[in-house]
Amino acid sequence: MKEYLLLNLRALKGRAYPRVVGGTRELSWIFFDTILPLLTVAAYVFVYQYLGSLAQGPQKEYIGQFVGYVILGGAMTAYWMNVLWSMAAQFYWEKEIGNLQLYMIAPMSRMAVLGGMAVGGMFYTTVRAVSTIVIGVLIFGVTFSLGPPIYLILVFLLTLIALYGMGMLFASLYMLYGREAWHTSSLLTEPIYLVSGFYFPVKYMGAIVAVSASIIPITLGLDALRQLMFTETAGIHGFLPVEVELVALAVLSVLFLFLARHSLRFMENLGRKTGRLTMRWQ
Amino acid sequence: MNYAVETKDLTRIFRVKKRRRRRSESKGSEQDVTALKDVNLRIEEGELFGLLGPNGAGKTTLIKILCTLLLPTSGKAYVAGNDVEKDPYPIRRIINMVSGGETSGYGLLTTRENLWMFSQFYGIPSKEAKKRIDEMLEAFGIWDKRNAKVRTLSTGERQKANVIRGFMTDPSIIFLDEPTLGLDVNASRTIRKFISDWVRETSGRTVLLTTHYMMEADELCDRLAIIDEGGIVACDTPRNLKKTVSKASSLMFEADYLRDPDKLKGIEGIQNFTYKHNGQMNRTLLTFIVEDESAVADIVSRIVEQGAKIHSLEKREPTLEDVFVSLVGKGLA
Ligand SMILES: Nc1ncnc2c1ncn2[C@@H]1O[C@H](COP(=O)(O)OP(=O)(O)OP(=O)(O)O)[C@@H](O)[C@H]1O
Ligand SMILES: [Mg+2]
Repeated sequence: MKEYLLLNLRALKGRAYPRVVGGTRELSWIFFDTILPLLTVAAYVFVYQYLGSLAQGPQKEYIGQFVGYVILGGAMTAYWMNVLWSMAAQFYWEKEIGNLQLYMIAPMSRMAVLGGMAVGGMFYTTVRAVSTIVIGVLIFGVTFSLGPPIYLILVFLLTLIALYGMGMLFASLYMLYGREAWHTSSLLTEPIYLVSGFYFPVKYMGAIVAVSASIIPITLGLDALRQLMFTETAGIHGFLPVEVELVALAVLSVLFLFLARHSLRFMENLGRKTGRLTMRWQ
Repeated sequence: MNYAVETKDLTRIFRVKKRRRRRSESKGSEQDVTALKDVNLRIEEGELFGLLGPNGAGKTTLIKILCTLLLPTSGKAYVAGNDVEKDPYPIRRIINMVSGGETSGYGLLTTRENLWMFSQFYGIPSKEAKKRIDEMLEAFGIWDKRNAKVRTLSTGERQKANVIRGFMTDPSIIFLDEPTLGLDVNASRTIRKFISDWVRETSGRTVLLTTHYMMEADELCDRLAIIDEGGIVACDTPRNLKKTVSKASSLMFEADYLRDPDKLKGIEGIQNFTYKHNGQMNRTLLTFIVEDESAVADIVSRIVEQGAKIHSLEKREPTLEDVFVSLVGKGLA
């Protein structure tokens, strides 16, 4: 048992390594991962500032508050992208390169490999997220009013766990289906930005959309983070009470990790049966 | 005692879905490819066992099943006594696999970093792993490439690194799928020597190797199975295999270009027969395996009948190639 745990920790470290080293050897990510995404965020900020200048009374105030919300949304996008493209879809590349079959014949858990990708990518993702926030503060003058730090940390961690659990679930699809799964990732990019409330509070999507979108951990995670980082407006723009969202995130974490584990096993067996596990060029 | 590898009536069929061409064919039709058919094989611990067969014979399919990457369609396969279907985990702990032409790892890592990464998937403590890697880089003569990015390595250098990747985890059973594919004489020799030293160095180590180089199979393997179209057609030591054709002898003729060499097929006493045209020299090379040398007279007269002159005749000791030809009815190359 202890030996198995140690093996998987080493495996995780091993797979995280190329990610970490890769970032220092190829510096183009600084541009693609930090500057480019900021443009989208900035576009929304300008739109809100313009709308704000037209509006009056409480509406003017609301719109001003949305600037901070967009900045936070932009920061969390980084994690969403990391899960979708650098972890879930990664199994597709690994198969093309020929690495996947070597992962599969190794005694490690498949979740350790995926965990390694996640952890390895975390550093750069965090750099991207933090740089978005810093620019929000410096250029757009966003001010925060923070809630209890323990809640903040808990929400952030649970959001990440649930999110990466979900990524592992997607990865199991990539293990067998290459290009088909690829389309899923595209589908999960822009539409998810919209319904998960990356650019404005999810509450305003209406209850039905908001509840449906909550299956994606980033929805509730982002809503809770906004309530905890802009406490003054939490009562106005928040979707559900933070405590409820915290419990929901915990449930999602367990659920996704459980599903991922089973789905990975199921897909691996299906792949062994059909021969797709090692089939390239799909 | 368990066999290192044992298969019982092992069969693997691939379902290949054909894409719909016309609307009227409402369902895509399916076509089956039988890659392995009722394969029975027993490899003992400590053996260096070879699988020899032409392209598409089913060698890689068999290796994939034994490496737990593919399930049998029917029949059983055991590695060190563990069922590949039910108990893949204990198998994965004691095996490794290297295939020819593989491009594993990440191009932006160095040779050493890549190897270290793979060692971590087997839970080898870093220090120990690095020591083994350095020793093996030295042994394979690519020590000077230790800090080169993998994407800059030549085919031969990369394949040596792949072989190191397989052996550094100290497996009890290693599967090598055409490990010397596309390598020059020196690189192949280094790898071959390493393999045969490795298996003899410590008892209980087993190698299953596929190849379609006759020399490699002959020189390296304790025992060989000849596989063709998914079935084992013979299994013995290279020596015994050669004995089966030694009653027969192998005759090589060099004649003028023959328009219709297939006409020579029907001659009595011929066990098997292949030919090659050499367009440049305007000659045809014919190889006959004959049970009885009195067939020579017939062969000569039939060649002459076609209006060709015979330039040379040579009798050889049988090689594995001859065994192969006599069993499979075609050459390997
Ligand atoms: N995933 C697959 N789907 C369909 N057919 C397959 C699949 N994998 C292999 N085959 C077929 O099974 C047969 C055996 O293939 P295999 O790769 O085992 O041959 P091989 O002996 O390794 O040949 P080579 O010397 O060319 O490597 C071939 O006819 C091949 O086309
Ligand atoms: Mg093959």
